Amino acid sequence: MRIGVFICHCGSNIGGTVDCKSVAEESYAFPDVVFSTDTMYACSEPGQQGIIDAIKEHNLSGVVVASCTPRMHEPTFRRAVERAGLNRYMFEMANIREHVSWIGKNKDANTNKAAELVRMAVSKLRLNRDLHSKSFPVTKRVLVIGGGVAGIQAALDCADAGLDVVLVEREPSIGGKMSKLDKTFPTVDCSSCILGPRMVDVAQHPNITLYAAAEVESVSGYVGNFEVTVRKKATYVDWDKCTGCGLCTEKCPSKKSFDRFNEGVGPTTAIIIPFPQAIPKKASITRDACRQFTKGKCGVCAKICPTGAINYEQQDELVSMKVGGIVAATGYDLMDWTVYEEYGAGRYPDVITSLQYERLLSASGPTGGHVKRPSDGKEPKNVVFIQCVGSRDVSIGRPYCSGFCCMYTAKQAILTKDHIPDSQSFVFYMDIRSPGKGYDEFTRRVQEEYGAQYIRGRVSLIYPKGDKLIVRGVDTLMGGQQVDVEADLVVLAVGGEATQGSPQLAEKLRISYDSYGFFMEGHPKLKPVETNTAGVFLAGSCQGLKDIPSSVAQGSAAAAKAIGLLSKDMLASDPQIAQVDMKRCVGCGKCIQVCPFKAIKEVDVRGQIKAEVIETVCQGCGLCNATCPQGAVQLSHFTDNQILAEVEALCRF
Amino acid sequence: MSAVSLGYYPGCSGLGTSLEYDASTRAVCRALGITLQDIPDWTCCGSTPAHTVDHVLSSALAARNFAQAETAGIDDVITPCPSCLKNLRNALEHMEDDLFRARVDALTERPLTRPHTVKSVLQVLVEDIGLDAIKEKVTRPLTGMKVVPYYGCLMTRPASTMRFDSPEYPMSMDNLLAALGAEVLPFPLKVECCGASFGIPKKEAVTRLSGKLLDLAAGLGAHAVVVACPLCQMNLDLRQEQINAANNTHHALPVPYFTQLVGYALGVPEKELGFDKLIMPLAPAFTAMQEACAKATAVAEKKPAAGKTEATAGGAA
Repeated sequence: MRIGVFICHCGSNIGGTVDCKSVAEESYAFPDVVFSTDTMYACSEPGQQGIIDAIKEHNLSGVVVASCTPRMHEPTFRRAVERAGLNRYMFEMANIREHVSWIGKNKDANTNKAAELVRMAVSKLRLNRDLHSKSFPVTKRVLVIGGGVAGIQAALDCADAGLDVVLVEREPSIGGKMSKLDKTFPTVDCSSCILGPRMVDVAQHPNITLYAAAEVESVSGYVGNFEVTVRKKATYVDWDKCTGCGLCTEKCPSKKSFDRFNEGVGPTTAIIIPFPQAIPKKASITRDACRQFTKGKCGVCAKICPTGAINYEQQDELVSMKVGGIVAATGYDLMDWTVYEEYGAGRYPDVITSLQYERLLSASGPTGGHVKRPSDGKEPKNVVFIQCVGSRDVSIGRPYCSGFCCMYTAKQAILTKDHIPDSQSFVFYMDIRSPGKGYDEFTRRVQEEYGAQYIRGRVSLIYPKGDKLIVRGVDTLMGGQQVDVEADLVVLAVGGEATQGSPQLAEKLRISYDSYGFFMEGHPKLKPVETNTAGVFLAGSCQGLKDIPSSVAQGSAAAAKAIGLLSKDMLASDPQIAQVDMKRCVGCGKCIQVCPFKAIKEVDVRGQIKAEVIETVCQGCGLCNATCPQGAVQLSHFTDNQILAEVEALCRF
Repeated sequence: MSAVSLGYYPGCSGLGTSLEYDASTRAVCRALGITLQDIPDWTCCGSTPAHTVDHVLSSALAARNFAQAETAGIDDVITPCPSCLKNLRNALEHMEDDLFRARVDALTERPLTRPHTVKSVLQVLVEDIGLDAIKEKVTRPLTGMKVVPYYGCLMTRPASTMRFDSPEYPMSMDNLLAALGAEVLPFPLKVECCGASFGIPKKEAVTRLSGKLLDLAAGLGAHAVVVACPLCQMNLDLRQEQINAANNTHHALPVPYFTQLVGYALGVPEKELGFDKLIMPLAPAFTAMQEACAKATAVAEKKPAAGKTEATAGGAA
């Protein structure tokens, strides 16, 4: 074998703490290496051309590039060696940037370690074989999980591009958090007026199938051909018959049910249509609140329904489908702010969340848009807003900024003045974070034109005194002076967290999530809507909290990725998969048990049970390889011999 | 409840300004079957005057007391005073660091040989004895007495050191007083600052901060503010006249220690509970309690009749 080695300086990224030239010289001593050089940027156009020229000039049969992580540029270099006529798998990469130059300052030690990593790569490359992909057809259908504004955007863009779309929403209506908002910043235009038409588009689009009150039960398969099962939860109303007339919601005698859509501001009935613009506009029964279920008799809705749609016997239903790509757009929830004992931990009715305040402001909310405080229904005059409740607080394990609270608090202070002209708003803040088009101007307007008093400081205590709430904070711009504000209503700008069930869904989708439950993008800068699982994309706050414009942009971006993927008729499979040596296999089935992708099946070979890998399903994780007691399963490109050759290269002393 | 034997550290105030806290603690423990063994020749816990100057000195003072406890075979100590508790705990925590411990040992020349624990009297009553056991022994319930529990800043804080109840909204004393039969009013300022030792250098701080506490307690209709800290008690009780003068108020709120009320409810003779040591007399609280009780009985006597009418009406309908 004739191996060429290229040591990349990556400018000063590697060259600063690794003597690349001497690594290149040392590499000449490694077995089968016939050419070695250092290069300023191996990934650049001239860098790649240098590799191609060397392959031709020195008749190389394999190439090692020592540079950055393979996550970054392995595909780049594989294409380069392919252009020079080699098989793309006759290439190995040694990571001397993330694993060497960025983590150590001792140049001698770094240079030594870099050379050892190159030696490992050379040892492995000597055992590499040509590998070839197979191609398989794709299913031109996209699953969008979550019908908030991000999911709606992704679904509409995919559908407009001609793809079939299945949109799955957990709640009985799509719309997400945006549908609960009264107005949006910084334009102060009506949220449901701009979202409503898009929701109707979803309902009417011939390419979109909508499953509301449904959740993803299981996902199997692989990019281009996922098998998805959706659980349609029992709503006890036959939605094919329901016309959304709302008679049942008027007559329902159980009127004390928790109103999820209105964030518990005021009660609702046991059978509900969540809000006037709901899509689908269908009724559903909250089982725990319904007298038919809790007391065994009532049946008022069944009697009143003109179409006979009520069905107390309805069961959950499972629907299976095949999709080529998946967009996760599951959004966020407000964190449980009652951990804050100093804010009353929920003991005081007039301390409410920002989302509850949106429902109080909204004309379609339970108070008809009149701001009435929960305790006694009085109109508040002094309204105190507290920012960063559950954001940027290490003490409760939430160090991140939720990103949108500064802006919506400014908006709510403006709306407060609009609704109650003789009111005064006070905003306790840490910093005003308002990067975005027209955002900073907006936060100035609320102070300069609407007279909201912004106080830079935290609140240490809220306590009731008579029918007022005393909000005690500090004004850090007034030399740390203590400030007591007598408030009629306190609105907490509660930060967001990954929506309930995010980790569980991530595991179904086999994508990564961070310690807060937010889904991990493929690369924080260059792959913002991809995941590390091929064919699964992200949109909106499930990836990290963001406001409406950013969520919509990500929805479109994820759609573009899905459309791009499914624009092909055939996809190439990855040949780095498991292979069973039939002669060694004893048919014990251990590999079948450990395979997380159900990619191994039993086959009968002349009366003997053997394992067989389903090539398009295998993801090349190597669990079967490590489990097989016979060493019969080998992972192509990562065989036992290749790994051992690397170990041997490292342990040669 | 089996017999419990614990080391006892009264703290300096227990011999001076809070004689009644010390006396009632001893009486309550006797009544509950807890044997207290005084740490022989105990000295300063190393609190404020020491720890504002030198942490090693402060911990050495505390460590001396544990060394004294060891001579009497005591490992587990309780103290009524939250400030003593904080300092004794702090010392034990700091001494987990070997270097720090070596510096303390160099001062005391008496290295500790055994591990020690220290708890507040409140924590022992609520967690180790238990509310149910206490409730069983109540012979004079406080039914009708409206109380607000005031924990002070130190009883549950710093949370990492005290490791007891909530640092922002504790409930242990609330629950204990409720177990005695008292009507416990939710007191939102239960861990707020009373002004502490600012009474000496800057009295205005105490009259303002403690004034706020008394205003709220009176506003809620409390008959008494129940405390667990000698310094809080002094500010609220001894200085109540000063507070009234400074704020133009007319409070006359008794400020008993929780142990005094526990003792009363358990039937301990008043003599042993030091009621006479309180500046604001406790008697009005008991009077109010009895009046409330009498009223409740009167209403209750009327009620069965009313209930009957209702039942008849219901039956007729």
